[in-house]
Amino acid sequence: MHEMALTESIVEIACDEATKQSARRVTRVRLDVGMLSHAEPEALTFCFAAVAAGTKAEGAMLEIERTPGAGWCLDCGKMVALSERFGACPECGKYRVQMTAGDELKIRELEIV
Amino acid sequence: MCTVCGCGDATLVHDHVHTRPDGTTYAHRHEPASEPNAHEHDRHDHDHHHRHDHGTVNYGGGLAGVHVPGMSQERIIRIERDILSKNDSCAADNRRSFAREHIFALNFVSSPGSGKTSLLVRTIMDLRDRVAISVIEGDQQTSNDAERIRATGAPALQINTGKGCHLDAHMVGQAVDTLRPAPRSVLFIENVGNLVCPAAFDLGEAHKVVVLSTTEGEDKPLKYPDMFAAADLMLLNKSDLLSHIDFDVAACMANALRVNPRLQILVVSARTGEGLAAFYAWIDASAARMAAAPR
Repeated sequence: MHEMALTESIVEIACDEATKQSARRVTRVRLDVGMLSHAEPEALTFCFAAVAAGTKAEGAMLEIERTPGAGWCLDCGKMVALSERFGACPECGKYRVQMTAGDELKIRELEIV
Repeated sequence: MCTVCGCGDATLVHDHVHTRPDGTTYAHRHEPASEPNAHEHDRHDHDHHHRHDHGTVNYGGGLAGVHVPGMSQERIIRIERDILSKNDSCAADNRRSFAREHIFALNFVSSPGSGKTSLLVRTIMDLRDRVAISVIEGDQQTSNDAERIRATGAPALQINTGKGCHLDAHMVGQAVDTLRPAPRSVLFIENVGNLVCPAAFDLGEAHKVVVLSTTEGEDKPLKYPDMFAAADLMLLNKSDLLSHIDFDVAACMANALRVNPRLQILVVSARTGEGLAAFYAWIDASAARMAAAPR
């Protein structure tokens, strides 16, 4: 729902970085978006073209890498895969799982010219 | 770079043959700037002339405006920046300025209609002789809420987010510059009524307080877990209605604690004042803890 604001932030960071690097344009933006994060990749892609219009990132390709969710189950005492934010441990079914991965919302790299 | 084959350098003419998972093959050719918008990919399942319109292989005609054979025009820079880093750095500025002025800021979040504004009005009336309170109101439109707060005599500033579904740290920083809350005062920030987006945006507050009302479902904490995970205190409001409705307080609390085992929960009524003494005691204790914390 707040992908518009996230996208504005992505474009702003990308354009600032491009300016810092004396680049004319941003041609590609690579993101890490965790499977358990609160952002919807399709919505990010949808917003990106609109937000980037008229900036150095206009026409840039947005690539989104989904990182899988994982957590530490206190009851099993080990790392388990998590398919849902605040979800149960797939092995013991209890909810005492501390999320350790899958929450990422990060710009990994940019391609600039 | 071509997204079909991953070929990163289209400055030399060369051909590729690819094998699809189903065993069929297709070939395509990479050529330099003679054809803007890049190279062709032939033998697709469909028979139209396939062109790339994503604009990233637009050598000569687009990107750098020049074409240097054998040299990639694009540079890749790793930045590893959190998408919310801009907001987080504004939030850190706000937090520093609150700490400097000993301002205890709370960020109230909830769905629309949970009674946030009524709760704030009641709290201001009850505490105004003890502590200075100012309020930042966030809504998409109207200044109705700020007017309700001002009627109590407390200074209030309305932020209209327009299309925005949440307050961000930058908006709050600007509002604080205008509102200028007194040193050693309490600042209430009433976020836009929305149980989703405000969870992700740190405003620099000491605590997020999530308000849930008894006229909503007991399973709200499970349906919108992020907000309950981000909050330190939950106020279950409209307790005066409990005798008229089927709302299972214990189940609601269990759901909230499942999402956030550290969540503190108080059952209150902004209308009758039930439970609010405990909320005021929580404010006193939390503000004292913040004031005593090493900086």
